[in-house]
Amino acid sequence: MARDGGQQHKSPRKQSESDESHEAEGSDAVAERKERLDDDVDAILDEIDEVLEENAEEFVRGFVQKGGQ
Amino acid sequence: MSVRRVMGTEVEYGISVRGQPAANPMLASTQVVNAYANAAQQARRARWDFEEESPLRDARGFEMARDVADSSQLTDEDLGLANVILTNGARLYVDHAHPEYSTPECTNPRDVVVWDKAGEAVMRRAAELASQLPKAAPLLLYKNNVDNKGASYGAHENYLMNRSTAFGEIVEHLTPFFVTRQVVCGAGRVGLHQDGSKHGFQISQRADYFEVEVGLETTLKRPIINTRDEPHADPNKYRRLHVIIGDANLSEISTFLKIGTTALVIAMIEARVLPGDLALERPVQELRSVSHDPALKHLVRLKDGRRMSAVQVQMAYLEQARTFVERHDGEPDDQASEVLRRWESVLGRLESEPLLCRDELDWVAKLALLESYRDRDGLGWEHPKLQLVDLQYADVREDKGLFHRLVRRGAMQRLVTDAEVTRAMTTPPSDTRAYFRGRCLAQFPEQVAAASWDSVIFDLPGQESLQRIPTLEPLRGTQDHVGALLDECDTADQLFAALTRR
Repeated sequence: MARDGGQQHKSPRKQSESDESHEAEGSDAVAERKERLDDDVDAILDEIDEVLEENAEEFVRGFVQKGGQ
Repeated sequence: MSVRRVMGTEVEYGISVRGQPAANPMLASTQVVNAYANAAQQARRARWDFEEESPLRDARGFEMARDVADSSQLTDEDLGLANVILTNGARLYVDHAHPEYSTPECTNPRDVVVWDKAGEAVMRRAAELASQLPKAAPLLLYKNNVDNKGASYGAHENYLMNRSTAFGEIVEHLTPFFVTRQVVCGAGRVGLHQDGSKHGFQISQRADYFEVEVGLETTLKRPIINTRDEPHADPNKYRRLHVIIGDANLSEISTFLKIGTTALVIAMIEARVLPGDLALERPVQELRSVSHDPALKHLVRLKDGRRMSAVQVQMAYLEQARTFVERHDGEPDDQASEVLRRWESVLGRLESEPLLCRDELDWVAKLALLESYRDRDGLGWEHPKLQLVDLQYADVREDKGLFHRLVRRGAMQRLVTDAEVTRAMTTPPSDTRAYFRGRCLAQFPEQVAAASWDSVIFDLPGQESLQRIPTLEPLRGTQDHVGALLDECDTADQLFAALTRR
């Protein structure tokens, strides 16, 4: 998941089972999560590549809004 | 009780004209609203009635002077911008420089999902219609809240509350809840800071735009708790809590939980059962810190010195809510149980393995997609393609919007059906005054001159002045109350006579 997260504090959770699950939150767990992503991730990305607007940079730059509420 | 109350959402949509970044957004928004109104409404178009609006009235008990108010706060002056009421009881209009859809008044979280999604469908159709006008360039609408260049626009919620509840208690108990609920109902955003100048992913679209804890403003110095006090109902009985801190959600489950959990917390505030031990030391800073930490490791500092993760704070509210529902709901309420079940389920997974929520929660779905792109193509967070994925996730078109593509692939769970949503585009909820408003518009379009949340105004043949039917009680004018009467009336004259005879 996110690599730019804020402070990486250890949680002072009371329940021991949560503590255990928290122990596992190292870089291994991050890699493991990725592996568990759906097998069809490539298929999803291929499909989305088909519908993404062309010229991402220009499109994103052109999306300018006035502030609202 | 518990999750049942009068409530709804008010969503401003991002708008752009393809190939014309400098196009006037007010004009484009007006075209969108007018195109839908012209196609959906028969001959006459009922206008919005501003008589009861009071955007400068403050829940703390004073009124801001009109000449010191920022012009963007004056929502009640008819600027000639498009503003119509639909037969489903909703309001479709131009707010500032965005098309906005406010749901009709609903009584439960699931109905809010249905009529909120109906709003999305209305916007989709409206943009199609406006894009078909002669010489029109395609109009694109986005159900999001930021342009990543400094501008933000809202997705508000409203909850009718007892007037007798002290505002200070609302602030006390809702602030820690609002700071942390983004882990459940955030929509996800590529870019940090208001102008997106720092690269990265954050949980919430809106977090970086909140600068104070409590206040009246909605367009500048945005507050975590907004004090706008427009009950659109009897002000002696009700207040209407105007919540401006939420993200616009595409996921039906995110919306269901956003509305359902907030309704539960409000019910507990009214019942005065919350212990108030979750007050945060620095709520505005914590709002950002939580949002900027999708790993969910950040610990917020409480006033009593404890440190807890956002998920743990939410779990504390969940525990209170579970006890509250068990004690106070003599009759088991299906939706309260459903909210509790889903809330517990997502919090449990957010605690151990957040990615397992990727087919339910917007921010997790978006992050999973982005991380897949980063892995496959080796992209850094500064890459425009990732910003495009963020933006296009919220595109309302079913063929282009990435959320909709995920739904179509079965990669995103749903709560309601297409048939329910389509029906809700034209049909009001049956159990609030929206029923009366919507049916009057559907049945007597020529005779309804104007309407608002708390009135329907008739222009009757042979009458010199307009005739106003006040609808100040949100739970009157339901199908049970007026369904048979409306069935019996062939003309608006008959209806008006029958209503005023009583």
